[in-house]
Amino acid sequence: MSNAPSHLKYAQSHEWVEVIDDDTYRIGISDHAQALLGDMVFIELPEVGQALNAHDECAVVESVKAASDVYSPLSGEVVEINETLEDSPELVNRDPYGDGWLFTIKATDRSELDELLSADGYIELNSDSDD
Amino acid sequence: MSNTMQSHIENGQDGVIFEKSEPGRSNPCQAPRAVEGSPVIPASLLRKTVPMLPEVSEMQAVRHFTRLSQKNFSIDTHFYPLGSCTMKYNPRACNTLAMLPGFLNHHPLAPVETGQGFMTCMYELQEMLKEVTGMQAVSLTPMAGAQGEFAGMAMIRAYHDARGDDARCEVICPDAAHGTNPATAVMCGYKVKEIPTKADGDIDIDALKAAVGPQTAGIMLTNPSTVGVFERRITEIAKIVHDAGGLLYYDGANLNAILGKVRPGDMGFDVIHMNLHKTFSTPHGGGGPGAGPVGVSDRLLPFLPVPMVGFNGAQYHWLTKKERPQSIGQLSAFGGNAGVLMRAYIYARLLGREGMPRVAEYSVLNANYIMVELQKRGFDLAFPSRRATHEFIVTLKRQAKTLDVTAMDFAKRLLDYGYHAPTTYFPLLVPECFLIEPTETEDKATLDGFIDAMAKIQHEAETEAAMVKGAPYTLPSRRLDDVRAARELDIVWRDTET
Repeated sequence: MSNAPSHLKYAQSHEWVEVIDDDTYRIGISDHAQALLGDMVFIELPEVGQALNAHDECAVVESVKAASDVYSPLSGEVVEINETLEDSPELVNRDPYGDGWLFTIKATDRSELDELLSADGYIELNSDSDD
Repeated sequence: MSNTMQSHIENGQDGVIFEKSEPGRSNPCQAPRAVEGSPVIPASLLRKTVPMLPEVSEMQAVRHFTRLSQKNFSIDTHFYPLGSCTMKYNPRACNTLAMLPGFLNHHPLAPVETGQGFMTCMYELQEMLKEVTGMQAVSLTPMAGAQGEFAGMAMIRAYHDARGDDARCEVICPDAAHGTNPATAVMCGYKVKEIPTKADGDIDIDALKAAVGPQTAGIMLTNPSTVGVFERRITEIAKIVHDAGGLLYYDGANLNAILGKVRPGDMGFDVIHMNLHKTFSTPHGGGGPGAGPVGVSDRLLPFLPVPMVGFNGAQYHWLTKKERPQSIGQLSAFGGNAGVLMRAYIYARLLGREGMPRVAEYSVLNANYIMVELQKRGFDLAFPSRRATHEFIVTLKRQAKTLDVTAMDFAKRLLDYGYHAPTTYFPLLVPECFLIEPTETEDKATLDGFIDAMAKIQHEAETEAAMVKGAPYTLPSRRLDDVRAARELDIVWRDTET
């Protein structure tokens, strides 16, 4: 299993969530997801101000193998997007938990965090496909 | 890849034809030149600057393009087991007959009275496709599979609109669907709802039941599916969707597997598009031209795209928006790629009622033969419990994990053995996958050759993985920079010195 930092929460659909402050959260895709997808060629991000419901398609990551939807793990409003990805989508491969983050959301329902997995839970979930 | 190798590739052995150009060199070297300035075309209509064309001799041009054509991997030169694409042989007879002057020179605006022969063929093609798919009527007009899909989904939309049922905003697609399916649904203004495939390759019926409702416009399915198995509970699926008020769309990509054996109309589908370049053996790849006829059930009859060919017992005639006011309309200036439709018609006539089921039988037999033989040689199947249809999936996940040799590496090495690679990394739900479709047009010796090559590559992966990862070695180009190709595609040659 590839790397999954323990301070993050994870969705089954391979997004991670990092707590910035009480109601702001940063979102990206996991190391496991970027490894499966391969070299990124294009990232389509949501717009700042866009309202999202949890599980909505909110971004597209396109690699040499496939274009894949990213689902918002939380409901809320997009407050910031990682504009550097427009020119440097490879950051998602190189640093999925750091410079390769996708967007930041102001969440409206913190209880949705409880539906997400811990790092251990996420690793456990994907251990079958990675053994 | 070493730097010297890279520059060798970039230079290419042949280059582009412009690089052979010499000022003043022209085609017929010894023949007298035509007089400058044509007396026929008025001077005011002549261009002021000469177009930038390569100045080469006739032999240079002939050799350049002949050599390029020899670099092709094509069905005429190589086994081409490209899953879900049905790269089968196009019988030469179809080309020859479709090129008869009477067909070739027929103008689309010619009076109906002078086009009865052509229209007879098109009418009969409509009837044959209708019969073999079990639908109520067929329109030949879509110009390609993608346009057929669009037409099909537009008819579903027209159906709901005509009933004032405007709450239906969702189209269901399984996660194994062709990428065009969700794209088509979105093009027609729908949201896509994805449902999962189970470990045995069938659709998750419980997920389907949970997904349908008054918001469901329809479901898009390929059967056999893109994982190479027949959806066994299709009639149950049809009932669930119909009971919810939705319609069923059949993606005809895999029609080859069931041709003349099972009919989508009998499974409960309301609309089907047929890729004639797959199942009916018209030219495929490199842009076609394509043909994607659509067939419909009773529910969608009024909405078929026009023109269609009608027959009043004495004469064939065009059915247009005038005769079919609820039609979704015309999809192109005329009635589709007539020359391609003609090839499909001739192919269908060559096969006849007896031949069509044999297409399905042999395509399925060939796929199952390779599947079993590859399994014997230690390859892992994605759906080992299932019989293959006309295609099947090998997963190279184990090789990627233990040997660091991926599906892409296997694919590239196959080229060295003279085989076009199967479809790789599709469907997305199977890791490191090969989707292999031999088609009915290959003999056993060819299949055995492919199986042997796969076994040899497996052995190479175990003993000299680095070599396999460097393949191909025998082709004009080695590994291409696919990231750069996707991000900075630039296929226009420019003379940097001018």
